[in-house]
Amino acid sequence: MANSDAIVGWKTITFGCHILEPGNAANFRTGDWRSQRPVVDKEKCIKCGMCWVFCPDMAYSQDEDGYFVVNLEYCKGCGICAHECPKDAITMVPEEG
Amino acid sequence: MSKRVGIEVSIAISEAVGLAKAEVIPAYPITPQTHIVEHLSEMVANGELDAEFVPVESEHAAMSCCCGAVAAGARVFSSTSSQGLSLMSEILYIPSTMRLPMVVVVANRALSAPISIWNDHQDIMIQRDIGWIQTFAENGQEAVDLTLHAFRVSEDRNVSLPMMVNIDGFTLSHVIEPIELPDQEEVDKYLPPFKPRYKMDPRRPISMGPVGIPEVYTEAKVAHDMAMKKAKRYILKAWNEFAEIFGRKYDPVASYRTEDAEVLLVTMGSISETAMTAVDTMRDAGQKVGLLKIRLWRPFPGQEFRKAVGKTKVLAVIDRCLPPGALCGPVGAELRSLFYKIPGSPKIFSFVAGLGGRDVTVERFEEIVDKARAYAKKRPRELYEVIGVREK
Amino acid sequence: MIPEFEKFKGFKAKNLPKEEPLSSGHRACQGCGEVLALRMVMKALGKDVIVCNATGCMEIITSPYPHTAWKVPWIHIAFENSASVASGVEAARKVLARKGKIPKKHVDILAVGGDGATGDIGLQFISGAMERGHDFLYVCLDNEAYMNTGVQRSGCTPYGAMTTTSPPGKKSFGQVTWKKNVPAIMVAHNIPYVATASPAYFLDLMNKVKKAALVKGPAYVHIYSPCPTGWGSAGERSIEISRLAVETKVFPLYEVIEGRYIISRKITKPKPVTEYLKGQRRFRHLDEDHIEYIQRRVDAEYEKLLRLSEMA
Repeated sequence: MANSDAIVGWKTITFGCHILEPGNAANFRTGDWRSQRPVVDKEKCIKCGMCWVFCPDMAYSQDEDGYFVVNLEYCKGCGICAHECPKDAITMVPEEG
Repeated sequence: MSKRVGIEVSIAISEAVGLAKAEVIPAYPITPQTHIVEHLSEMVANGELDAEFVPVESEHAAMSCCCGAVAAGARVFSSTSSQGLSLMSEILYIPSTMRLPMVVVVANRALSAPISIWNDHQDIMIQRDIGWIQTFAENGQEAVDLTLHAFRVSEDRNVSLPMMVNIDGFTLSHVIEPIELPDQEEVDKYLPPFKPRYKMDPRRPISMGPVGIPEVYTEAKVAHDMAMKKAKRYILKAWNEFAEIFGRKYDPVASYRTEDAEVLLVTMGSISETAMTAVDTMRDAGQKVGLLKIRLWRPFPGQEFRKAVGKTKVLAVIDRCLPPGALCGPVGAELRSLFYKIPGSPKIFSFVAGLGGRDVTVERFEEIVDKARAYAKKRPRELYEVIGVREK
Repeated sequence: MIPEFEKFKGFKAKNLPKEEPLSSGHRACQGCGEVLALRMVMKALGKDVIVCNATGCMEIITSPYPHTAWKVPWIHIAFENSASVASGVEAARKVLARKGKIPKKHVDILAVGGDGATGDIGLQFISGAMERGHDFLYVCLDNEAYMNTGVQRSGCTPYGAMTTTSPPGKKSFGQVTWKKNVPAIMVAHNIPYVATASPAYFLDLMNKVKKAALVKGPAYVHIYSPCPTGWGSAGERSIEISRLAVETKVFPLYEVIEGRYIISRKITKPKPVTEYLKGQRRFRHLDEDHIEYIQRRVDAEYEKLLRLSEMA
């Protein structure tokens, strides 16, 4: 994915090789690295946000009801969220296929 | 109005940097560059120059600090020499491809071992390929003028490349010469405030110095190479404008008594002055000898050099650098490749002289010319010759 | 005391900044504790910051051209010199603000590097910048070896650890030296603020980083950063291991404010070091004698720290 984006010519490469678009790494989806995904049991969730705090990939965000939801486009499936959840509300489930 | 003063060349260079209103000056002391940075730190201490003098702990840190300061949007100057330049080496390649403009004056000096504080060009020649614009000064006036010119060219938004002005250690840096110092108004006219194309600003965040994967690296380097090639136009333009304002005209290759010459000496830096005396002496004796002085080393002014050579058939190229095991000195190699397979091109003989502070006298230049004439008739056994070396 | 600290009330778990100056899509390994620590650093600093990054994992995973994970100004020059680059940025902003060329508003300057960039190859550069008193903060993200090049030992690699250049063998048991005390070297520079932090204690980490940014002059924060790839630990355990490092006294958390040591988290009932060592492949080969030595030395080092904290 990155390679196709990186095909630039010497005339079109940015000045000094600077990257001018802040945070455009978000265009790169790391979700396909995943072999397991976190599944949240809302019954157990106390909305403490530890999954959000301890996510190395900034994959979690809070929804309107205060629950933390994972963005599977970025989640690499490391499992820290499940491991750190004080209520064991998150289970890592193998990805299929 | 400009004023003509008797002044040490190092001090005159720092005055020029002051006139250019440099804003950040990271520097680490090394002989024979010290007088330049001492005087600058004095100017900052006395409030004559509103700048940050950063007394870094090494030349490597000096160049790193320069990079940070330019990237943050300041006009940056530094100066170094010899081992110090070598210590910077890792970093020197970086601001050039990142297109960070700055000016560094190098007081050229030999490299260890044995340790020598004296002048030659070995320090700069191993930095030939750092991708900086590089000029060589012949005398104190040129050192001052090329320093101002360097700020102008380096910061030109069409160029935006770092620039190095080479002055011979001691033979230039420590001599007192009559020098015309321009006044502030003239310099302000010549050198507009620094407006970088990009800088680090939280209001417009960018990332500088990313990873270049194989798909990107070649293009980044070619873009740099093309920028260097394109820079020549702006280097010449800035010299023309310099002449208009200050009345002194500079060319990438300077010719001295080259008309109808059979042999041309080729020099860089301050030995050109002795070479001119040698040419005068030989001309007085009826010899058709001239001199070409290379002022712009990178980007190499090939076209201008060929034109300056004209119809002369013999070039005696003097390198102040001895790369052990190479085919010849770097200037000799450059010129051989410039003329390779060009019909009617001159014969090029490479000489190494003036290493580690050894004088290159008028007599040595005469010897070089005699040898070049002889070699033109009978090919020498070696591709280069070290002049003035004792065997026993 | 440091006047800048008075107004700062500290981050609270309930109202952590939502802003992420570092974006998703970076290429860090699964369960990377270093990028997680960096994320916390950046959350604490916010967006008015200029980042000078040393070569290393964090640099490569955040900036493969044409992608950047940075939403703040960021520069990478080389491996050893991020502190010098930061010196230049600071000097430039000082003179440009004085001349009215940039807004007077304060912008934090962060230099960041790994343990190799900090404690080994970059030590002189950091020392120089600290000694000159530039107003910036240096953050060391310590994953205890050269991970970016394939797990070679550094001066910060712990005793006994297996790396690719400190392999256990017939005549070796792994790293033969004790971990270099880089924070103590920083303290020796008489800078106003030095701290150690761990991503397991995220509020403590963020508060320390914020204080380091608030203080006038140089500040240093040394952050423990688990590396599942280099340590041979499970990615999901990165935070657990960080916590164990503190609970076993292997990586104590403290601040040194104007030379005064303050222990952030006193460990009165320490867990044995074996709790920490197990589950990390880099320590798997260690025999009882070595583990006993590690326990004794950890206890002794912690005692030293306690004594320093008592010298108020």
